Amino acid sequence: MSRRFKTPQGAFSVEALGMTMRFGDFTALDDVSIKIEAGSFHALLGENGAGKSTIVKAIMGFYRATAGTVLVADREVEMTDPKVAQSLGLGMVYQHFTLVPSLTAAENLVISRADAPAIINWKTERAALEAFLARMPFSVPLDQPVNRLAAGEKQKLEILKQLYLGHRFLILDEPTSVLTPAEADEVLGHVRALTRAGELTVLMITHKFREVMAFADDLTVLRRGKRVGGGKVADLTPADMAAMMMGEAPTPSNRQRATVSGKVVLQLDGVRAMDRSGLKPIAIDGVALRAGEILGVAGVSGNGQMELMEILTGQRHLSSGKIILNGAPYTATRAQAKQHKVRYLPEEPMRNACAPRMSVAENLAFRSFDENGGEKPAFWKDSTAMARNADSLISAFNVKTSSPSARISSLSGGNVQRAVLARELTGNVEVLIVSNPCFGLDFSAVATIRDRLVEARNRGVAILLISEDLDEIMELSDRIIVMSEGHIAFETPIATANVAEIGHYMAGHA
Amino acid sequence: MANVEQPVAHPSGASTISVLMPRAEGLVIPFAALLAGSLAFSLFLLLVGKSPVTFFGLVWMAGFSTAFSWQNTLSQVAPLLFAALCVALPARLGLVVIGGEGAIVLGGLAAGVAGTQATGWPPAAGLGFMALCAMALGVGWIASIGALRIKRGVNETIASLLMAYIAIALFNHLVEGPFRDPASLNKPSTLPLTEGLRIGEMPLISAHWGVLVGILACIACWVLIERTTLGFAARIAGDNLRAAQVQGLPVGRLVVGFTALGGAFAGLAGFFEVAAVHGSANGSLIAGYGYTGILVAFLARHNPLAIIPVAILLGGFAASSGLIQRRMDLPDATILVFQGMIFVAILLSETVYGRFKIFTPAYWEVR
Repeated sequence: MSRRFKTPQGAFSVEALGMTMRFGDFTALDDVSIKIEAGSFHALLGENGAGKSTIVKAIMGFYRATAGTVLVADREVEMTDPKVAQSLGLGMVYQHFTLVPSLTAAENLVISRADAPAIINWKTERAALEAFLARMPFSVPLDQPVNRLAAGEKQKLEILKQLYLGHRFLILDEPTSVLTPAEADEVLGHVRALTRAGELTVLMITHKFREVMAFADDLTVLRRGKRVGGGKVADLTPADMAAMMMGEAPTPSNRQRATVSGKVVLQLDGVRAMDRSGLKPIAIDGVALRAGEILGVAGVSGNGQMELMEILTGQRHLSSGKIILNGAPYTATRAQAKQHKVRYLPEEPMRNACAPRMSVAENLAFRSFDENGGEKPAFWKDSTAMARNADSLISAFNVKTSSPSARISSLSGGNVQRAVLARELTGNVEVLIVSNPCFGLDFSAVATIRDRLVEARNRGVAILLISEDLDEIMELSDRIIVMSEGHIAFETPIATANVAEIGHYMAGHA
Repeated sequence: MANVEQPVAHPSGASTISVLMPRAEGLVIPFAALLAGSLAFSLFLLLVGKSPVTFFGLVWMAGFSTAFSWQNTLSQVAPLLFAALCVALPARLGLVVIGGEGAIVLGGLAAGVAGTQATGWPPAAGLGFMALCAMALGVGWIASIGALRIKRGVNETIASLLMAYIAIALFNHLVEGPFRDPASLNKPSTLPLTEGLRIGEMPLISAHWGVLVGILACIACWVLIERTTLGFAARIAGDNLRAAQVQGLPVGRLVVGFTALGGAFAGLAGFFEVAAVHGSANGSLIAGYGYTGILVAFLARHNPLAIIPVAILLGGFAASSGLIQRRMDLPDATILVFQGMIFVAILLSETVYGRFKIFTPAYWEVR
């Protein structure tokens, strides 16, 4: 068994044979084999908890598999730790960013190198970086701190970093979950061109069939830790893939859409604020949300949607203008939110809507803990009511948790989102502000969440849906507005909505 | 139907152990850290050629073995309880306030000066007035740190530390200048309190009433945090500020309110030191209780109930410093070295929470 050898120049193949991974008596991965041919673009599909992350972590050496072997360029390798994988040229791009936010792109690239010198000669490094970027099919601004970059650019930088480190086998873990379709197509197009050129082999974890169909050569589908299917993408249809993933053909959601034309509930006119960088202005005019409709806010990531959400949740200072709710100014205090029955589903619920060190039951009580039927907030906390509330929400929304007293941070992403949805959609709701609700969730969780949103709409709830997923906007909205460079660039009812036209405005060609 | 499914969804009556073990984590880890700190300190003692056994024996003897040593220990406990609350309350909102010393010192000064104005008042009124003045100054001092954090984004840790230095300088200036009792020659002090404005000892135990008030304050703070909606809101804000803002919780008011309460307790510590121990405000007030209080609060993981036993333990350590100095021929700062090592161990232990599977409910669940 060779311990270290040099992988050949250019792309090489990676194969996992009979991988089994047990955690205690739980089998996360059961005898899974997968071969990624040199220079191919391989997609790994599966619902949350199907074992996708487990197998890639085993390949990368983060886990030691209970049984099974990893072959790199047809040679058996003992992946004892991630350093072995990296030294062989295996790299990973995560769903969440691993860049240092306060450093610039150039600094991030250089410090990521294992052989970065103690004293960095920036002049020569700069020259080397520019030469490197000139060879790459895409680029990012080198001198901006990473926290100023939009999600799409951060993801490009993550991929560039791997290439810069000389990795020729990349595992991409849902790389496009924070990108717009156009950005995703661009990034994946570049990645595929590199595989076609024989410079790179790619294994991509994804939920998006569209991307699989457009870019992948082969695919493998996992379900509950087992390989349940795969093959050449050319031989398969999205329906086949869904069937393999779900274990049955998914029932297309036949959402009944009642026509409810309600009165205007929420109005934003002349609202001015600064964006997160404090450099670019945000100007929101002419937004009117009606009861019983879903108003979709489309836009490329980083065009002011984040700031719009912060304005609506009272987290961003307005330099002028007011939010008008039911005819009265609204500043998102708890009393006002309660009075007007406004609820929020922010993106990344664990980061923006949960207290990670508090229990599931406590997190479920955030809306109701100070209510006792009276006008004034209650003073004493009612733990019995809190437990009762948690029990009913957990079963009604099918939140999978080991116990209501478990920390919410122990839940999977889909269950966290279900818990937040349970909390925010229960009770009397009239306005719901939603931001990227399905970010990083699996197929069935996405379906549940979208069903719940349409159901709420049909009850007469006014829903503002801010989403970077245009498919989601097209599927759910009654009316669509497009945000570009901090302002509303375009508005259209769904009946006349046209993806090409929306894309035109999203791209800033107003 | 939901009621029928309930037990299946999650065994709410799950084995007691799966409920107890997650709670044990907060007990086992600080104990282990205390032990680790003590071991590290023992090594330090061995290095300077002293016996750890003698050291811990003396700590026991001087702090806890006899009624006399308990009296010694309890005399240290009251200010530690209050000082720890001044750290623990803001900490529940995610603020690390380490400048309680400043509020204690100024609270003591306020009590001493108020006492000179209240000569001849009925004792209850005079003491009440002194306590109120002490708390008001403590509130002003610490709440302004919370307000600076909220309004201006000033780091509360640095601000509180620097404000403590300012408070001590201010205290020295005032005690040596405008408020000095001309009769206090070697040790500048405010005018001594009249007998009626001194706080005596509690019946049966030889400790002043501040200990009891401190313990009651800890219990009240625990109730506030664990049993009221205000405490619940504060915990949300302390765990995730964004989530609290999205819920529309009045984060600014919570921060100012909790820092104000912490400041009030720190002021009260100064009041009891003056009225029950020193009899006037003087340099003896600057005894480092505010800093030891930080250690107490961290060891107690900012749980007000846990502060009570921890304060007694550290009070015992502090009470033994004189005996250790005499018997072991070590400087009296030795106890500070010991406390420092425990503190480092406690800070390090913060990183191991959640790492041990045996403390998760899932580990104990029958699959």
